[in-house]
Amino acid sequence: MDPIIILSAGVAAGTIYLFAAIGEVFAERAGILNLGVEGMMLIGAVAGFATVVSTGNPWLGLAVAMLAGGLLSLLHAVMTIHFQADQVVSGLALTLVGVGLARVLGEGLSKAGGTSLLPTITLPGLSQVPVVGPVFFTDQSILAYVGYVLVPVAWLWIHRTRPGLDLRAIGEYPTAADAMGVNVYRLRYLYVFLGGILAGLAGATITLAIQPGWFGDLTVGGRGWIAVGLVIFARWDPIRVAIGAYLFAAITRFLLDVQGPRDFLGIPNPFFFNQNLTYLLGMLPYVLVILAVIAGSREATRKRIGAPAALGVPYIRGERGV
Amino acid sequence: MTAAPLPRRSRSLSPFELRLERRLDVPRWLPLASTIGAVIVALVIGGVIIAVVGGDPIRSYSHILEAAFGSIGVLSDTLVVATPLIFTGLACALAFRMRLWNIGAEGQLLMGAWGASAVVLLPLLPEDAPAILFLPAMIVAGMAAGAMWGFIPGILKARLGVNEIIVTLMLNYIALLWIEFWVFGAWSESGFQLTRQFPEAAWFPRLTDFVDQFKGFAGLTIHLGIVLALVAAAFVWFILKRSRWGYEIRLIGDSPSAARYAGIDIARNTVLVFMLSGALAGLAGVSEVAGVVHRLQQNFSPGYGFTAIIVAYIAKFNPIGVVVAAILFAALILAGREIQPAGVPGMIQGVILFCLIGSDVLLRYRVRFVRRVRGGPAVAGSATAEA
Amino acid sequence: MTITAAEPVPAPAVVPAVELRGIVKRFPGIVANDGVDFDLRVGEVHALLGENGAGKSTLMNILAGLYRPDEGEIRIGGVAQQLDSPRDAIAAGLGMVHQHFTLVPSQTVTENVILGLDRPRFRLRLDRYDDEVARLAATFGMRIDPKARIWQLSVGEQQRVEIIKVLYRGARVLIMDEPTAVLAPQEIDELFRTLRTMTAAGRSIVFISHKLAEVLAIADRVTVMRRGKVTAAGIPAAGATKADLARLMVGREVLEIIERTPFMPGGVVLSVRELAAQNDKALPALRGVSFDVRAGEILGIAGVAGNGQSELAQVITGLRPFSGRIEIDGQAYTGHSARDAIRGGVAHVPEDRTGVGSAPNLSVVDNLMMKSYREPPIARGWVIDVAAARTSAERLKDDYSIAAPSIDTHARLLSGGNLQRLILAREIESKPKLMVAVQPTRGLDVGAIETVHRLLMARRAAGAAIVLLSEELDELLALSDRIAVIYEGLILGTFDAADADIHDIGLLMTGGTGGLPLEPVPDPGTALSPDP
Repeated sequence: MDPIIILSAGVAAGTIYLFAAIGEVFAERAGILNLGVEGMMLIGAVAGFATVVSTGNPWLGLAVAMLAGGLLSLLHAVMTIHFQADQVVSGLALTLVGVGLARVLGEGLSKAGGTSLLPTITLPGLSQVPVVGPVFFTDQSILAYVGYVLVPVAWLWIHRTRPGLDLRAIGEYPTAADAMGVNVYRLRYLYVFLGGILAGLAGATITLAIQPGWFGDLTVGGRGWIAVGLVIFARWDPIRVAIGAYLFAAITRFLLDVQGPRDFLGIPNPFFFNQNLTYLLGMLPYVLVILAVIAGSREATRKRIGAPAALGVPYIRGERGV
Repeated sequence: MTAAPLPRRSRSLSPFELRLERRLDVPRWLPLASTIGAVIVALVIGGVIIAVVGGDPIRSYSHILEAAFGSIGVLSDTLVVATPLIFTGLACALAFRMRLWNIGAEGQLLMGAWGASAVVLLPLLPEDAPAILFLPAMIVAGMAAGAMWGFIPGILKARLGVNEIIVTLMLNYIALLWIEFWVFGAWSESGFQLTRQFPEAAWFPRLTDFVDQFKGFAGLTIHLGIVLALVAAAFVWFILKRSRWGYEIRLIGDSPSAARYAGIDIARNTVLVFMLSGALAGLAGVSEVAGVVHRLQQNFSPGYGFTAIIVAYIAKFNPIGVVVAAILFAALILAGREIQPAGVPGMIQGVILFCLIGSDVLLRYRVRFVRRVRGGPAVAGSATAEA
Repeated sequence: MTITAAEPVPAPAVVPAVELRGIVKRFPGIVANDGVDFDLRVGEVHALLGENGAGKSTLMNILAGLYRPDEGEIRIGGVAQQLDSPRDAIAAGLGMVHQHFTLVPSQTVTENVILGLDRPRFRLRLDRYDDEVARLAATFGMRIDPKARIWQLSVGEQQRVEIIKVLYRGARVLIMDEPTAVLAPQEIDELFRTLRTMTAAGRSIVFISHKLAEVLAIADRVTVMRRGKVTAAGIPAAGATKADLARLMVGREVLEIIERTPFMPGGVVLSVRELAAQNDKALPALRGVSFDVRAGEILGIAGVAGNGQSELAQVITGLRPFSGRIEIDGQAYTGHSARDAIRGGVAHVPEDRTGVGSAPNLSVVDNLMMKSYREPPIARGWVIDVAAARTSAERLKDDYSIAAPSIDTHARLLSGGNLQRLILAREIESKPKLMVAVQPTRGLDVGAIETVHRLLMARRAAGAAIVLLSEELDELLALSDRIAVIYEGLILGTFDAADADIHDIGLLMTGGTGGLPLEPVPDPGTALSPDP
């Protein structure tokens, strides 16, 4: 029950949500809701893991995972961007396909033993800083560091660059962007693809770094959906995504650790003596997501910062209106 | 003055462009034809997948047909699997009609099963109560539990505008843990992850129970649930097509602002539809524990609540269509159990859904390929005269 | 830079800025442009005049690269050009300012101006571009804050942003599609000054309109179109009269004469006191509005778009919460939902026909019973009598000449005029005591406009009280018995329509009192809102 360990584990596990949710932020900012995150993560997880099992090269696994997630997302892109399919249904279909495909590809993988993992790094210097050092810069997977870089980069990209301007425009008012020569279709493809790549990366973060191994659907076990919830909580802002992701993972870890000790300061731990109660404890992260989404929705209503205005609306060229 | 900056020029890779022209009218035959076409295309793609993973698609499909419809016995089995799919499919169809994305039919099914089990195990009724008390009590308790599970996303959506997709999904996980809490704990039969068997008065009657009267019923496990499911389908059909409430649901589903203009209380309907949707899914759970497993246990549903989404979609949210689609999917699930690897049937489901939503574009647009002129993208003139 | 209203028209010997020859554009079932010739000289304002549906917008969309002509030639600065996309048009120096703005509401003026351009390539340093945009605006005498977000701007300011966008891209030719439709008279004057500044600087302007007075005020030459053909090509505006142009536009002498029965007001039907309400952005939209409307009376509400008209209509019809007091037939009305309004006998012809007034994917039957499905004969208890609903729909379809293949046709497939007939049929059929009609003729063709006017007058004759909100002053003057002017959520004055002066109304529409007494024509039974 060391808070530093809980926070450090929160950062490690939070990296998974971070990648997936930032990918979803990009897709949704472009106006495409992709509910297939769970499926894309599973594909990334299984593709990465299978690659490492057969080649032993975790870096190759990482690349394959990202590519696999990206390729799967293109299915959603074609359906929603070209065929103007309902984005909710298409996203659900993507999850079904992803889960099924992952099961097929994962056949036999669960018996695969230990594999080589991505390296962990302790940053000299920074790791000595009290609290921050041990939490963020000690024995963290290299992917966690990628996350630290990704968050500000994503924020700057959205708010301080020309492509970010285009991105915001196609998600808010594609007709206006198109009239000004921004290629709405191409950019939407691009950002859905980027979302897929990051979801694949999130999946690989599980199997190649945080919780190595293949456990079927449970490998991802709903984390993709939680990432979608985090995006709403974070109001489509990468920095809030990071805060939400790390915090959520830390709380989940805390709930897990609560079951460990026999007693707290002499008071017997009910979760230790009645393992059955852990099922109730296990509900808390999901309750937490619901509360986070409620909080996000309320704040969005109050501050009038809603979802990108064109989110979920197919863009049809030559027809006017938002 | 500024030097005139020019917009970026984007290159196109293909000499042709897909052009969509809005349809001015939809022929009556087209929706059904496109649905059937989409399913066929999906099955072909599924066949390719089976072939790729090393199976024989023709044999797999003929096996599915035989294993699902080949004899009275297997047909009965198919209908047993179709029963929860009809209930959950109706739950989804009703909610989707109002554009409420209830992805939580699975959780509502689990809660319905829990509610029905609570009647026996809590217990709400004495062990030796007659079936005439048990069955209605279980049905009511299961529907109530499912409705309650639907109430939560309904009220959150109606009052606070909270995204119902995330809430219903999370409630699925919570319901799963809730079931586990009981079957591993208070209701566990000597430590196993299932409860004791219900008394027979708490079972839905099956055809095979009447084998004494009708010899032909031997081994037919089809139970009361299918009758309830068909009644429910007729009920939902009547609500949607012939009732004032159903008119309101259709109006809200098509245009919430028009519904508000017509004086319809959207928030109230959101909650009510979610609760009825939950109650229908809850019935699926009742039907499973009372008609099939006769106890509560872990993993008794192979994801009926998720397949229901496709069932509702394939039926175009039409309750009668739900019945047909549910039977088809029951066949796929039942016979699919023997298709290896295990992920293939799930994938085919997803592919069917993709083909369906892809085919919808045919209903709204004429698709034409247009030759590009020079480098620039051909600009689609909408088919409606904008003079 | 001086502003000269009477800039001499350059000699025609100079190569024209734009020449269109024999343009043909067909849409399914209609020839929108049938062999159209058009030429635009450098430095002139050339008005393109025609009714809705005459083919003006199609022609200009061809010039803007949005449509490709089926036949014909486009020459720009004497050189034949093919315009395949808006990009090509912009590259050729043509810029279009659409009637409906294409601005991203959440972004700033500068962000909207530089959207889609090459510079800056990657890093966005907005400050530099803010200066550039401000300078460009100032060159043409336009006031704008480059850092303001679009949603904070008035309609007139948003139009300026659209113009700046086009100028920033180096347009030599500006095509302005109905630019005055959303502006108040004083804003129109400001726009005209800007246009003159631009022509003086060598820009050329196509000014699309169907308003004769404006065309005569701003244009150097006029081209008139009717049903896809040119009926007058480039005649000088100086010698033309309204009557000439009207004949060329419509083909017959129509200054639509609306038959009015004598004004015989009954008792007060709608009484509104100190009404206040917020808009969607939670800003005050109505700030203490009071008025009465009597049976058999049409009260016109005049005002520039966005001064609280939409909110006023929504409050009366129960779609928006409010504070203050509303009485209908002496009954206090809480207006918590449209249901209360419907019960109170209030009919509503909404501004947004396709989004609010109808459900696009439901049938004509379903759309016709939106207000009557709760009552017999269509409702029998909680069940809907489908046969009764169909019978009623067939009857309304005939009575109101709704042209639809069948009563099962989806509403989205109806033309604007037929959809409005459907809405009016439904609303009038409820025998309302009070009708609220918002922009009932916007975007309709002449025939449909006449139908709408006739139906409203018939309701007035039948003793209904009618509140008519319109941005077309001519329409208000023709239909109303009294006209109230709304500005920033306040009624600034009320006039008897019979002797109202359009200039006085125009002045109040912009909030100016300019020596006019705020006390209007004395009119018993009309409470005026005081100053804030």
